[in-house]
Amino acid sequence: METGIVSYGAYVPRYRITPEEIGKVWGVDGKAMGKGLMISSKSVPGPDEDTITISVEAARNMLKRVSIDPQDIGAIYVGSESHPYAVKPSGTIVAEAIEASPELTVADFEFACKAGTAAIQTCMGLVGSGHIKYGVAIGADTSQGAPGDPLEYSASAGGAAYLIGSEKIIARIDHMYSYTTDTPDFWRREGQMYPSHGGRFTGEPAYFKHILSCAKGMLAKAGTAPKDYAHAIFHQPNGKFPTRVAKQLGFSDAQIKTGLVVPQIGNTYSGAVPIGLAAILDEAKPGERIFAVAYGSGAGSDAFDITVTDEIKDFARDKAPTVMQLIENPKFLDYAHYAKFRGKITLGRG
Amino acid sequence: MATAPRFWRQNPSRYNMVGIRCNSCGRNFFPPRAICPVCHRKSVGKMEPVKFKGEGKIYSFTEVHEGLDEKASMRPYWVAMVELDEGPKVTGQVIDCDACDLEIGTRVRAVLRKLSEEGPAGVIHYGYKFVPVKVK
Amino acid sequence: MRKVAVIGVGDTKFGELWDASFRDIGIRAGLSAVEDANISADKIDAVFVGNMSAGRFIEQEHIGALIADYSGLARDHIPATRIEAAGASGGLALRQGYMAIASGLHDIVVVGGAEKMMDVSDVASALIQSSAADQEWETELGATFPSLHALIARRHMHEFGTTREQLADVAVKNHRHGSMNPKAQFQKEITRETVIGSPMVASPLRVFDCAPSSDGAAAVVLCPMDQAKKYTETPVEIIGTGQASDTLALHHRRDIMTFDATRVAAERAFKMAGVTQKDVDVAEVHDNFTISEILAVEDLGFFKKGEGGKATSEGRTSLDGDVAVNTSGGLKARGDPIGATGLAQAVEIVAQLRGKAGKRQVKDATIGLTHNIGGTGATAVVHVFRRV
Repeated sequence: METGIVSYGAYVPRYRITPEEIGKVWGVDGKAMGKGLMISSKSVPGPDEDTITISVEAARNMLKRVSIDPQDIGAIYVGSESHPYAVKPSGTIVAEAIEASPELTVADFEFACKAGTAAIQTCMGLVGSGHIKYGVAIGADTSQGAPGDPLEYSASAGGAAYLIGSEKIIARIDHMYSYTTDTPDFWRREGQMYPSHGGRFTGEPAYFKHILSCAKGMLAKAGTAPKDYAHAIFHQPNGKFPTRVAKQLGFSDAQIKTGLVVPQIGNTYSGAVPIGLAAILDEAKPGERIFAVAYGSGAGSDAFDITVTDEIKDFARDKAPTVMQLIENPKFLDYAHYAKFRGKITLGRG
Repeated sequence: MATAPRFWRQNPSRYNMVGIRCNSCGRNFFPPRAICPVCHRKSVGKMEPVKFKGEGKIYSFTEVHEGLDEKASMRPYWVAMVELDEGPKVTGQVIDCDACDLEIGTRVRAVLRKLSEEGPAGVIHYGYKFVPVKVK
Repeated sequence: MRKVAVIGVGDTKFGELWDASFRDIGIRAGLSAVEDANISADKIDAVFVGNMSAGRFIEQEHIGALIADYSGLARDHIPATRIEAAGASGGLALRQGYMAIASGLHDIVVVGGAEKMMDVSDVASALIQSSAADQEWETELGATFPSLHALIARRHMHEFGTTREQLADVAVKNHRHGSMNPKAQFQKEITRETVIGSPMVASPLRVFDCAPSSDGAAAVVLCPMDQAKKYTETPVEIIGTGQASDTLALHHRRDIMTFDATRVAAERAFKMAGVTQKDVDVAEVHDNFTISEILAVEDLGFFKKGEGGKATSEGRTSLDGDVAVNTSGGLKARGDPIGATGLAQAVEIVAQLRGKAGKRQVKDATIGLTHNIGGTGATAVVHVFRRV
């Protein structure tokens, strides 16, 4: 049966910090850093926000746009590398908060920045095989970069939720293709607060190898060429990487423009492709084809060939904020408040 | 702060503003209660759970500077008494508002946020806070 | 019911009493009350103790037995009871003592109140005090105890035009009274600027709008009116007692700008006493926050709803005003060791009615009133006293 996206919703926290502000503290030319990364600001979660509250916001926005009975949701998967608990799933709280409990399955996913798309694939399987009516796949993160590390300029917070089903599909997922190897470009050991990474190793052998291989594999599987797609989105850890990989594959700047949100909100990790895809769906028209390739360190890529259907004309998109509306009223922080909010200042109590 | 079972028990009300209506007199209450304070025993068996929309207006508010230590990272923060559209009043924090935004009568809606945690190794408590509704 | 008299009073100084333990202060106050009443230990029939939260402040429950033990009365196996109603613990203990005598069950009872608040950190203390409010639906959601009173203040200002200056005048007056009370925690006068310039606690309430935390204890000795002259030349009769409850959470009240519990407790006490507000010369009311005194003088019926602030600024609650309110300095300046406050109020009124209030004496004080609140008005207790 046809399976795909029935609804979607996103959420980005209001707070921001600029690369200049971060650079000031570490004696780095933050402005130049930002220019190099093509990031002018990144989102910062408030002290009372985390991957769970972001997931709930995104899921509630997703549900506002359709009128389904949340009890018909058969699965919820939250993909993140910043789950609030190492053990105890984020998804159960999301399930209760959207009143999908108790007849459903829940699990948390982790695969660096592509945990959300892995969740989409899993929901596609459960729905497509007829086991459940609707699945909810969420990619959300409140990622951290170590103080003074280059990742500090880009690691940000946000998420998006996807309702996967087989009825009233607004965007059909026609093909899925993935490319996975064991490549230790970026990791975090249990108990460590901040991730570690291989510097330039995260580029060519990691991000580029996997996205290029995956994208080429998808184009071959779907029998398409870049020009067949109205929109494309590639994982966006900064603005430079997706722009370069798009060019290498033969996609134009115009095709990736709508989904490229990293310049304003930074790298939302598991939220990156889901939020970018949401930004595209906010504007997509019936018949338009979307090429989406996520990347997660460790490493792997998930690709999706998506076609927007006529159903999107009746879709109540206005019932929840679009990605542009979500990011239009930011509140800028200085480094001290950013560090306080992110728990980077130890409070010195047992 | 509340222990896990004590907090968990109230999750439907904390996550989704589930209150109760007395079908004997039609009054709404939050949080849920066993007996209607007006109908007393006549209400037994007639109390029905009801989910409030979480929308209402500010009845009074204050900016808290000396908070409970849990909330140290949020100081100062706003607390309001909110009159829900369905009638009951509740107490909660107001977030996402700029310093001078709030007035008696400002419309707000409920969102889910972290309320507290039982220490860095303990259970995290989630519940409602309010954000001002932007009048279009 | 028998008539009841106060035949002795005693209290400790209120403040940061670092050298004294809870047991020390409890006994000190009780002992001085018993000495004032000139009775011997074997005459005491029962002990009632008001205490809000020894369990959390000093990790000790079972306060009734503790006080009886350390007073040396445990060998007499005296009935000892602890009463708790947050800030109204002391006032409720007084009422329980009254009932024990009025009913004929006991002849001489000692009623005390004590709280040792300084042995925990400020942060812990704030958390303990917030348990007077609704833990699940106010405190858990982020409301501190002062912030709840701030909600009241803002609405009161919105509805009645009560001003920041009027709130300040409550504190100024009470510090002025406190400067004449050697037992008060704060004995320096302050100005409006002191209040309005102090750090914000929860807008609009600032540090000087809030009573302090304190250590302290106070006690009274009660006996049937017809036995009183055996013990003292200057007994004071309790002619009325009224108690009332209301919803625990402020947001469940009929009207957050009125403490209905105060209103009803006062009605009951006045009815029983056979006097009205006009007859009251001196009153100790529950001013844990400046707004609370404004509500108190309105809800007790001394002034119309909404006019408490104006009346304060016009001096109508000062020593020479229509009714002298909080001549001891109130909770604000005399101090507020929570469980002791209700009894400290009684100690002040008895002193006033006996003509023993020194520089802060109200001339010809004949009828006095105490008003003690628990939480944000979920419990209220009012007593009316008459000079004999």
